[in-house]
Amino acid sequence: MEQLETTLAAIAGADTIEAVEALRVAALGKQGWVSALLKSLGGMSPEERTSTGPRIHAAREAVTAALTERRSALENAALDARLAAETADLSLPAPAAPRGTVHPVSQVMDELAEIFADMGFAVATGPEIEDDWHNFTALNMPETHPARAMHDTFYFPDQDAQGRSMLLRTHTSPVQIRSMLSQGAPLRVIAPGRVYRSDSDATHTPMFHQIEGLVIDKGIHLGHLKWTLETFLKAFFERDDIVLRLRPSYFPFTEPSVEVDVGYTLVNGKRVVGGGGDVPGGGWMEVLGSGMVNRKVIEFGGLDPDEWQGFAFGTGVDRLAMLKYGMDDLRAFFDGDVRWLGHYGFGALDVPTLSGGVGVRA
Amino acid sequence: MKFALSWLQALLDTKADARQIAEKLTSLGLEIESVEDASAALTQFRVARVLTAEKHPQADKLQVLSVDLGDGAPLQVVCGAPNARAGLVGVLGVPGAVVPANGMTLKVAAVRGVESNGMMCSTRELGLGEEHDGIIELPADAPLGISFADYLGSDPVFDVAITPNRPDCMGVHGIARDLAAAGLGVLKPIDTAPVAGSFACPVEVRTDDPEGCPAFYGRVIRGVKNDPSPQWLQDRLKSAGQRPISALVDITNYVMLGYGRPAHAYDLAKLDGAVVARKAREGETCLALNGKEYALAPWMTVIADESGVHDIAGIMGGEHSGCSETTTDVLLEVAYFTPANIARTGQSLALTSDARGRFERGVDPAFLDTGLDLLTSLILEICGGEASEVIRAGQPPLARKSFAYDPALAGTLGGIDVADSEQKRILAALGFEVSEDWTVTVPTWRPDIDGAPDIVEEVIRVHGLDAVPSTPLPRADGVAKPTATAAQMQERRLRRAASARGLNEAITWSFLPTNEAEHFADGELWTLANPISEDLKTMRPSLLPGLLSAARRNLDRGATSVRLFEIGRRYLRGEGGASAEQPSLAVVLAGEAASRGWATGKAKAFDAFDAKAEALALLAEAGAPVENLQVMGEAGAQFHPGQSATLRLGPKTVLALFGMLHPSTAKAFDLAGPVAVVELFLERVPARKGPGSFARQHYAPPALQAVTRDYAFLVPATLPAGDLLRAVRGADKANVVAARVFDDFRGNGVPEGQKSLAIEVTLQPVEKSYDEAALKAITDKIVAAGSKLGGVLRA
Repeated sequence: MEQLETTLAAIAGADTIEAVEALRVAALGKQGWVSALLKSLGGMSPEERTSTGPRIHAAREAVTAALTERRSALENAALDARLAAETADLSLPAPAAPRGTVHPVSQVMDELAEIFADMGFAVATGPEIEDDWHNFTALNMPETHPARAMHDTFYFPDQDAQGRSMLLRTHTSPVQIRSMLSQGAPLRVIAPGRVYRSDSDATHTPMFHQIEGLVIDKGIHLGHLKWTLETFLKAFFERDDIVLRLRPSYFPFTEPSVEVDVGYTLVNGKRVVGGGGDVPGGGWMEVLGSGMVNRKVIEFGGLDPDEWQGFAFGTGVDRLAMLKYGMDDLRAFFDGDVRWLGHYGFGALDVPTLSGGVGVRA
Repeated sequence: MKFALSWLQALLDTKADARQIAEKLTSLGLEIESVEDASAALTQFRVARVLTAEKHPQADKLQVLSVDLGDGAPLQVVCGAPNARAGLVGVLGVPGAVVPANGMTLKVAAVRGVESNGMMCSTRELGLGEEHDGIIELPADAPLGISFADYLGSDPVFDVAITPNRPDCMGVHGIARDLAAAGLGVLKPIDTAPVAGSFACPVEVRTDDPEGCPAFYGRVIRGVKNDPSPQWLQDRLKSAGQRPISALVDITNYVMLGYGRPAHAYDLAKLDGAVVARKAREGETCLALNGKEYALAPWMTVIADESGVHDIAGIMGGEHSGCSETTTDVLLEVAYFTPANIARTGQSLALTSDARGRFERGVDPAFLDTGLDLLTSLILEICGGEASEVIRAGQPPLARKSFAYDPALAGTLGGIDVADSEQKRILAALGFEVSEDWTVTVPTWRPDIDGAPDIVEEVIRVHGLDAVPSTPLPRADGVAKPTATAAQMQERRLRRAASARGLNEAITWSFLPTNEAEHFADGELWTLANPISEDLKTMRPSLLPGLLSAARRNLDRGATSVRLFEIGRRYLRGEGGASAEQPSLAVVLAGEAASRGWATGKAKAFDAFDAKAEALALLAEAGAPVENLQVMGEAGAQFHPGQSATLRLGPKTVLALFGMLHPSTAKAFDLAGPVAVVELFLERVPARKGPGSFARQHYAPPALQAVTRDYAFLVPATLPAGDLLRAVRGADKANVVAARVFDDFRGNGVPEGQKSLAIEVTLQPVEKSYDEAALKAITDKIVAAGSKLGGVLRA
């Protein structure tokens, strides 16, 4: 069995996997010396086998174990060498993925939809190319009404089949009429969308976004309007110290009509919604026009004003976005500058939820 | 509407200060835009007497004054005013004072080598008027040294926004009435009485247009002197922002601003025969006081005499017959014009005026005589002369509206219960009459009151809108129910998906330059009659032009990669002359798809497959059956003819187009380099059927392992790979679960006019594993399907 010592020494000294394999063949292969010894067991007497057998088996196990150990040591060394050669500079940049964004107007519209859904309002829509009946007449602005002239309306040269002049809607209020006509009462809807006025300066663009709210039901009064607007503004700005000031005003489509101011506080020279308007360092700013729906408008909406009454309100979506998220130039909203969109835009996963808060903090 | 506190105090007996009045006005719905106190800026200006005035040694036009502030320490002041002289009492701005007209801070300075310790000021420099011919001259007994603010006394000017429904508040008197009703004082009775005429009116006055001008009252005052009006009157007009002109004009303006009653004074010498309110005649024109000539339409009301039109009735007087300093005899016109006619005429002529603003909202039809009395007595008092008898042609509409009113409405509509007695008090103070049975009769000056809700508004606004308690809307049981429609959910999902794919959402104008709109038009466009500019004129038939322009702006600003999308409407023609506004999503990819990189080498431009990837991914999010779509041509001439396509559901329904912009389109939009675009027509994506259940179709992953096999076909080079792929997928639907092209090879070994398409097919055994025979059967089907398209399996 001196061969065992030689073989084990050779295995220990083998420096390639191929050499280990050759030693395996020489020992355990068909012609190998261990295999030959194992075969010789068959020709032995039981006594001989009992005395020699264990030694032969022990030799096989020793060789097998030595081979496995040596092979694995060599493999590990080879792997280490390969990995060492594969070292990458991981401070190099990874492939870049562009970051997409959601426009602030869309984000705020989603926020509004979420808040008002909790109060039972659905989202309604209507055409932007309207006829003057829906945009004016049905909202209690007959042809010669002075308020019509105040709307800076964009007109088309076209008339529809009923002879109504076609125009770009000057407000989202025609959706009130369309909602009443198509859905009847009771009704709770908001209607966000694009509106158009022939007006252009730093704070006015010829196209902007409004949101309209309409509630038609039995027994609805001004107190409900006040609560709804307070609740909405508290949820939108996520502040409990929202203070409203209601002022009598005039809109042809509401009676009584109410202009709503919200209190703000100056923080680092910027108006921040919240806090009282009459306290030092505070002020009021106009945020909403509203009122109880005019009886004539309810009639134009195909409903009986003796049975149904309700309120309506409207405000600028772009303006709400500016007040909440701090942009100060309306014109940038419609420029598509990717730097602006990247800065003021929202992430795809910033989906407004009531549980997570409808706003996205900077 | 602007007026000074002193004017209000002349009509309202009140102890309230300016702040209280301002707050009350706003709470009444007469919104304060500003309260300005010109004297507040004048505390650093002091009354001073010029002791001596000597010629400046270095300048002919300057004098060196010694000025006394009453403290016995005269100051040296250099002054250039021609009227500066010894003995004059004027106003000295001392060092540190800020000149209201230009914001300059005065300091001690040398003027042409002579030290000056301040500035003697003109009216204009102090922001008190236009006068700038010399320095202010005060009475000789003005107390020296006191601040000019104290000398003038504080008389804040209110600027109030009057809503279009309140013609009664387009005069200070009406505003005073509202304040009195709200408990801020007592309305003083109008201080005037009828003035009897001493001779018959020498001009015939009549109305031949009772529809447009139901009433025309007139009288002549002869022997007047039309000098500048007295200071008190000028001051009041100036506080209202009106420039004093001459006594006669100022008096008519004063009655208009004070009482909301416009009137007109004609120079009688320039009139010829009877003065008549009538419809304009075809072709008539009027040269108005603003110097512009207006062409009149036959439905417009005018005031004319024998020789022609003198006045666009109720809107603006004529240049020819206006009063001047030589006027000695005037004809006063106090008329009632029908509001709708005035509005229509004013709109049609694009002519605004203070008179129009009042007449079109509706002046008080019962105020004609009082208005004429006020005018007459003021003219007699200020200009002298002698008044004729009054001619009253026609009859103003004096009928008063009345409504049955239920005081409970304050609570049920206004949201606040107001005691019956308080409601009665408020209404009475506003001029309403309330009978025992709550029939409410409206005063003649409130044409806006048109029913019970208006009466509620009157009660609530005077009672205080802020007192209305918040009342929660009734809430349905349980958590809020979903309200979004399928289209709204689709839009929201697409927006989030597109931004998750690295695209930036833009919002671009709905209107475009006409040529850009035409470039993408597929039918008749909507073009505005009165656009704000040529760039914002025609409604977009596609979202692409707006995004292309945005992309150009970005590239011009140095952006290297632009990935914009927009979700919005295309404006098409609908039925019955209405619009068809279709929801769509467009994507513009311009610049670099990938910038140069250490691992990737050169920058890569966007290509048509980038567009295709967006189109398919977004269509899938929109709910379109993406696997069933066919890639077809005819995207349009705006696109690269060989690198653009449509995605169709069936041969006709185009759900989307994608591809590269045609170079000539890119050029038209000033875009250099390739631009990839996508447009999705969302209205054509088939809606899901019904409100599906939450549970999905049953599925258990197959127990047996799937097998992949590769097939390479030689096909005609013109065969779309998609056609072969569809054939392979359809060859054995039971077994083929997926197939994809992984190679498109032409050249070496492939015959001319052909290409080799290699397809990896995934086969899914269902009941037992495939044996050789089963696999061969499947292969045979696939090869047969390929050969139908002219494909030959490569060995």
